[in-house]
Amino acid sequence: MIGFATRRLLQAMIVMLVVSLLAFTMFRFVGDPINQMVGVETSIEEREALRERLGLNDPIAVQFYHFLSKAVRFDFGTSYQFHQPVSDLFAKRIPATLELSFASAIFALAVGVPMGIFAGLNRESALSKLFLSVSLIGISLPTFFIGILLIFLFSVTLQWLPSFGRGETVQIGSWWTTGFLTVSGLKALILPSITLGLYQMTLIMRLIRAEMLEVIRTDYIKFARARGLPDRLVNFRHALKNTMVPVITITGLQLGAIIAFATITETVFQWPGMGLMFLQAVQNVDIPIMSAYLLLTAFLFVMINFIVDILYFFIDPRLRVGRP
Amino acid sequence: MKNTRILVTAALVATGTVSAVQAETLKFAFQGTLNALDPYSLNETFTLSSLGNTYEGLVRRGADLAIEPGLAERWEVVDPNRWRFHLRKGVKFHNGSDFTAEDVAFSAERVRSEGSDLSTRVPAGAKVEIVDDYTVDFVLEGPNPILHYEWDTFYIMDKEWTTENDAVQVTSASDTTPNHAALHANGTGPFKVASHEAGVKTVYEKNDTWWDTATHNLDAVEFTPIGSDATRVAALLSGELDMVYPIPVQDIKRVNDNAGTVALTGPELRTIFLGMDQTRDELLYSDVKGKNPFKDARVRKAFYQAIDIEGIKRKVMRDLATPSAIMISPFLFDKAGDFERYPYDPEAAKALLAEAGYPDGFSTGMDCPNDRYVNDEAICQAVASMLAKIGVTVDLNAQPKAKYFAKILASGGFDTSFYLLGWTPGSLDSWSILDNLMNCRDEAGKGSPFNIGGFCDETIDRLSDEILVEIDPEKRNTLIAETYKISHDNVYYIPLHQQGLAWGVADNIDLVQRADNQFKFRFVTKN
Amino acid sequence: MPTVSNEEAKAAVQDRSEAVAPQGRMARALDSDLFHAFLKSRITVVAAIGTLILFALAALAPWIAPHDPFDLASISIMDARVPPVWMDYSDPRFPLGTDDQGRDLLSGIFYGMRISLIVGFCSVIAAAVIGITLGLIAGYAGGRVDAIIMRIADVQLTFPAILIALLIDGIANGIVGNLDREVFAFYILIVSLALSFWVQYARTVRGSTMVEKNKEYVQAARVIGIPPAIIMARHILPNVMGPVLVIATINLALAIVTEATLSFLGVGMPPTQPSLGTLIAIGNDFLYSGEWWIAIFPGLALALLVLNVNLLGDWLRDALNPKLR
Repeated sequence: MIGFATRRLLQAMIVMLVVSLLAFTMFRFVGDPINQMVGVETSIEEREALRERLGLNDPIAVQFYHFLSKAVRFDFGTSYQFHQPVSDLFAKRIPATLELSFASAIFALAVGVPMGIFAGLNRESALSKLFLSVSLIGISLPTFFIGILLIFLFSVTLQWLPSFGRGETVQIGSWWTTGFLTVSGLKALILPSITLGLYQMTLIMRLIRAEMLEVIRTDYIKFARARGLPDRLVNFRHALKNTMVPVITITGLQLGAIIAFATITETVFQWPGMGLMFLQAVQNVDIPIMSAYLLLTAFLFVMINFIVDILYFFIDPRLRVGRP
Repeated sequence: MKNTRILVTAALVATGTVSAVQAETLKFAFQGTLNALDPYSLNETFTLSSLGNTYEGLVRRGADLAIEPGLAERWEVVDPNRWRFHLRKGVKFHNGSDFTAEDVAFSAERVRSEGSDLSTRVPAGAKVEIVDDYTVDFVLEGPNPILHYEWDTFYIMDKEWTTENDAVQVTSASDTTPNHAALHANGTGPFKVASHEAGVKTVYEKNDTWWDTATHNLDAVEFTPIGSDATRVAALLSGELDMVYPIPVQDIKRVNDNAGTVALTGPELRTIFLGMDQTRDELLYSDVKGKNPFKDARVRKAFYQAIDIEGIKRKVMRDLATPSAIMISPFLFDKAGDFERYPYDPEAAKALLAEAGYPDGFSTGMDCPNDRYVNDEAICQAVASMLAKIGVTVDLNAQPKAKYFAKILASGGFDTSFYLLGWTPGSLDSWSILDNLMNCRDEAGKGSPFNIGGFCDETIDRLSDEILVEIDPEKRNTLIAETYKISHDNVYYIPLHQQGLAWGVADNIDLVQRADNQFKFRFVTKN
Repeated sequence: MPTVSNEEAKAAVQDRSEAVAPQGRMARALDSDLFHAFLKSRITVVAAIGTLILFALAALAPWIAPHDPFDLASISIMDARVPPVWMDYSDPRFPLGTDDQGRDLLSGIFYGMRISLIVGFCSVIAAAVIGITLGLIAGYAGGRVDAIIMRIADVQLTFPAILIALLIDGIANGIVGNLDREVFAFYILIVSLALSFWVQYARTVRGSTMVEKNKEYVQAARVIGIPPAIIMARHILPNVMGPVLVIATINLALAIVTEATLSFLGVGMPPTQPSLGTLIAIGNDFLYSGEWWIAIFPGLALALLVLNVNLLGDWLRDALNPKLR
């Protein structure tokens, strides 16, 4: 077990190394950072001087070495756009993304679980078919379009909810800011979390339904019913409990996906998180921000996969990573 | 210097009275971010516009863009190479220190130091001589009639503050520790920066000790960047913000119809134009092999006449554009009226193509940004469809600006056959256009680096040299007109239009929309 | 867009693994049981018919669409933003109105759906081929090979589709040089989407393969000396195809939607050859200005397409799950 864990951690580090190497060899295809860093009238000579200062003329290997030697000390360099250390920028943006991801996960669970249970228990009912079909809208329209439609409806037409930003935030400790403690902060969370969580909601609902369908056909549920236990007790105490294991695993995994893929939602709602910053970095070829972001997501995915594999190790011995 | 003609700004007539007691906060959004506060780090309109509320130059430009005294009360050209500036007395920086000649001399050095993006503000060979605490001389190597044209955005920094905070070096991305001046500001202007989180929010508050009489009634200003057009407009329509800019041309009507908001529109100084590769012997992207059709002026003129500029104006730009016959805004050049566009005439265009040896047309690639200018991609599409009607097949490559510029500029080896570009002369003077777009260049871009098509006309180059040192405004304008005429006759470029400005403003806000697209809080009143 | 439900399928796989009989599932899938189940579900029949109609419209676009929206010479900017026929100022030539360039929307939707479907199908097939192959190898070989492949998958997951699209575009430019955008944009999209999606197949197939390979029939095959490649292709593959089909139907929808998002970010199909997603991204800019039809009609078409395909997928998933019989 310990051997397995250390092996996986080692692999994790290699993954992150490869991600940053790949990122580095590929960044030159995204565009030329110099054009985004100077005004249009800046002369060719000055552009070249800047390129030289940034080390962009060095061979990729040298650039990569410089990046790596600093990255191990959590120094990701200075953002080309903002002239600030990338680690400071991320520290400021992380709370926004985490809170949005958390809120959208809550939304996805709070709506997805009950709908899934209902649809699972009442397989043939018209309502569950309606749930199934309607929930598909969440995956049949692009996120940006859903976001704009929500803004149009709730911000412009009804004027109930804000169209952008985090509202008022409260400082907690030295670097965390939260929108959970103010009314405007909570209101600002609603539309973006729905937009971001819609997809996960659909997924969770369908998953629970599928699990429920299977569990209620298992012998021990049939047995429980035969014993005359009330339906409600059987459904919720026995059946639901059994569907929860995979659901929790997947919710955890999806949380990773939510955080990593919040870019579009953050862009539409001008949510000041990491995703927005990343997309702006892509548009402006801000290489330090892009590389730090990729490393961060790589870390996230690697850790989640690591935890899942460890879980499998305990849950299902057949899936143990071992010799063929 | 009358070539900055008075622009009538579409300021709102305010109704109601100004309440002096209430704390007024202006909340506004722009599509881009305010990246750093160092006034020399980026020569870009929005950055300079924002910092211009905090910092000031020796001169400033008024609502009509006319040059007026700023931190210098007056100035005179003592002899052709020596300019004397008499500084305003009693001006204090936000940190309380006095503004003196030392600060001007310091700023003139710093703006020319390594890493500054505004180094051309002060000519490299110019010397700054301090005459006394409130008098400074700029000694030039040769006459320069437009020395102070861009000094409204050459902001004066406090020598003490900058030195104390170890910020003498201009911020550059290679710095490992951030420059103090990138995150903090200390100017003399009407607003102080209260807090700044790059890319998220910047808060300004009123400077009570400003030297000028405040005509605004704001106590604070809150700026948020909102990149998505739809979200930005929504934030205005829903009343969350007092002002947003730019607004997409298609939303002007909606903003006007909405109770409580209005769209302010006006001409901008940016000219949108098409350029063609006129230097390679064979086009990179074309089915014509062995020769370059764009070297033939008849082909260029055929392209020109195939474009229905009124159609673009009405349908793509929704009338928020002024079709143009020359490469500079008519507001910035007195003789602009002498030029007229070649008429839209597809038949004539076809005839020209046939005459040039392409009766069935040919194919060409076209490069276009899709996030840089107003409706850039839609304009390119419309052009492609218009050219299709004279038999020219256009393979349109519309890309985000980061990739677009990397491809077509010198660093990408001018990798294009046909492209769309926009240009605003920073100095509001034709020299910027001659210097950047019209002179010959070599393969590395030496010469006019933005002459992407690479045409080379020696007469234009010769005239440019004369214009640079000509002091007599009338003679100078005649020379400039001559260069524009050569360009027009040879169709070196196909000018399309000056794009318009569109700002969305709440009804209770009274402001000035300057044609250089700078938003100055000092002109704002909130009722 | 988040990556889909490899987990969903994975969960399904685990449950199914014990119940799966060691014969080819594909063969059984075509068996009459399935067909009966199909006819029994009215919603599925409707979805199947709907899918067929939409596919037919897309396939026959050049013959049934009133205009050719890709023919630049035939569109005129003066026809831009004409409303649908039932509104004022409409034009009978354009039943659903026109977009901002004067393209007929109805034709644009037919042609756009065609592009979206081709991009969707090609990228799903490419992703499935890569994913299944790697998944089989990883699951069967185990050990170091497995670790390497799965870590490659981790690397892959890190790169969002937008970045992949930008990179592939840049690399293709670097290699081919001077490429014809209108042709290559298409391939670039397919490759980008395939690269973004293969991981789910790989993970799912790997999971099922690890279970299958310990079963007697595989052991037996190995004992009699059948080479691993043949075992994987002939024996294991048919038994892990069920969840792959399920993922594929969801992914088809997701690929189409992701392509729309890439268009929104300015790196999708060229504007002169709009896909359904490009049309929505264009129309998105005109929602507030009252020209709602530019976004809404393509949006409806996309929603219908995705809905129908997914309903079929749902049914397929339930029908293939023996526990629900």
